[in-house]
Amino acid sequence: MKQLTLVKFLPAAAAYAILQVALRVNDEGDLARRLKARDPHAMADLYNRYGRVAYSLIYRIVRNGAAAEDLVQETFLRIWNRVQSFDPERGALGPWVLTVARNRAIDYLRSVDGRMSSGALDLDRLENPALYSDLAASALSLDRTRRLQGALEKLNANQRMVIELAYFEGLSQTEMAAQMKQPLGTVKTWVRSALKILRDELSEVAIA
Amino acid sequence: MTCEELKDMYELYSLGVIEGEEKAEIDAHLARGCVACRKSLSDAVAMNAALLSLAPDMAPPVRLKRRLMASIGVKQTGWGWAAALAAACMLALALWMGVQERERSAELADARQTLLESKIERDQMMQCLSFLNQPETQQVGFGKGKPAQGNVFVNPRKGVLLIGANLPELTPGRMFEMWMIPKGGGGPQPAGMFRATESGTAYHMMSGPIDPSSIAAIAVTVEPEGGSAAPTSQPFIVAPVSAL
Repeated sequence: MKQLTLVKFLPAAAAYAILQVALRVNDEGDLARRLKARDPHAMADLYNRYGRVAYSLIYRIVRNGAAAEDLVQETFLRIWNRVQSFDPERGALGPWVLTVARNRAIDYLRSVDGRMSSGALDLDRLENPALYSDLAASALSLDRTRRLQGALEKLNANQRMVIELAYFEGLSQTEMAAQMKQPLGTVKTWVRSALKILRDELSEVAIA
Repeated sequence: MTCEELKDMYELYSLGVIEGEEKAEIDAHLARGCVACRKSLSDAVAMNAALLSLAPDMAPPVRLKRRLMASIGVKQTGWGWAAALAAACMLALALWMGVQERERSAELADARQTLLESKIERDQMMQCLSFLNQPETQQVGFGKGKPAQGNVFVNPRKGVLLIGANLPELTPGRMFEMWMIPKGGGGPQPAGMFRATESGTAYHMMSGPIDPSSIAAIAVTVEPEGGSAAPTSQPFIVAPVSAL
C-alpha cells in the first residue's frame, strides 16, 4: 500500500490556505494586529484563510463531522483569546492555527479513547504563541508543502505509518511499538529515519 | 545529549509525543536558552505545520463560520424570535444528542482502534505480498512433523520473510526473535523481534539486502522483550536455507 491517508496531490484546503498566504503574506502581521485589537472582521478573515485547512486536519484526525465543527470553533476561539501574546512582526498565524487545531483534535481523541496523555503530554503548553514568533508566514509556502509531499512519497510503508501515528493519532513511540507489535528500538529507528528524509527535503528550501 | 542529538527529537517534542526522561532533558535544555536548539525547535514547528496542512481536503459546513462569529458576539439581526426558537430547539436537540453521543463515543473508540489495527495489518500484508511476488524469492519449509510449521522466504534484495503457524504461547515479557545462522561457524545474527496472533500464526520480515549463500539456516527462539545479542534458549524453528 503506497498511500494511506496522506494524499498524493496537494489538498485543496492546503492549496487554498497557501494561496491566501502567498497573496497576502504581508498582511499576516496586519491580520494579527487587528485580531489583537479585537476586530471581529479580523476573526472572519482568519477563518476565511485557515478555516478550511483546520477543518480538514481536524476531520482527518477525529473522523466525525459534528466533533470536527466543535473543535474548529474551539481552535479559533483559542487563537482569539491568546492572540495578545502573539508577535505580529515576527510570527506566523498559519502554523499556530494548525498546531492548535491538531492538538485540540488529539486531545479529543484521547478523551474519547480513554487514553490518558502519557507522560503528561502538555499539548496546551505547545500552543504558546511565543513558539510561533520566529516563524515566517512562508513556513507554509507552496514550494515547501510540495517538497514535503514528494518526501512523503519516498518513505517506506513502516516509516509512513509511524509518521501517521505521531502526527494524526498523537501516539508516543512506546504506544506505536505496542500498536504495531514491534520492539521500541525498531520503531524509534523508523521514526528517526522518516523524519530525517522529510527534514533533509525541506532544508533545501529556506524559509523567507 | 548534545544539541545535534536533540535536533532529531524536536518534531516529536513539538507534537507532544516525547515522554519521560527524554522530554525532561529537552525541557531543561531549552530552559537554559540554547540558541541553536531554539532554531531547531522553530524549524520543527514549521515542518510539522506544513505536514499537517497536507490532510485530505474537507469543506466545512457554511454554518460553522456563523457559529464561530456568533461565539465572539457577532450575530445576525432581525430574526430574534426565530433565533430564540431555534436556540430552544437546538438545546433540546443537544440534550438528546448528548445521550446518543455518549453511546456513540464508546462505539467510535472501538471502531477507531479496529481501523487503526486493520491499517497496520493491511500495510504489513502488502509488504509481505510484495516480497512474495518477487521472481528471485526462494522458499524453504520448516517444522515438518512438529507443532510449529511454516515457510521461510529469502530474497537477496529484500531480505527474509518468515510465515509460521502453531507457534508456542509466549509468557509475559517474552517475544520471538529470528536469527540468521551463518555458514562456516560464527555466531547467530539477530534478525528482529516479533509476536504471533492469538491463534499462533505470525509473519515477520527482516528487510534489507542479504547474501543467501552465506546463510546456513534461519532460526527462531524465545527471548526477553528487549531482544538478545545471542540466543538464550533453544531454537524451536530451524529452516535450512543452505538447502536452496
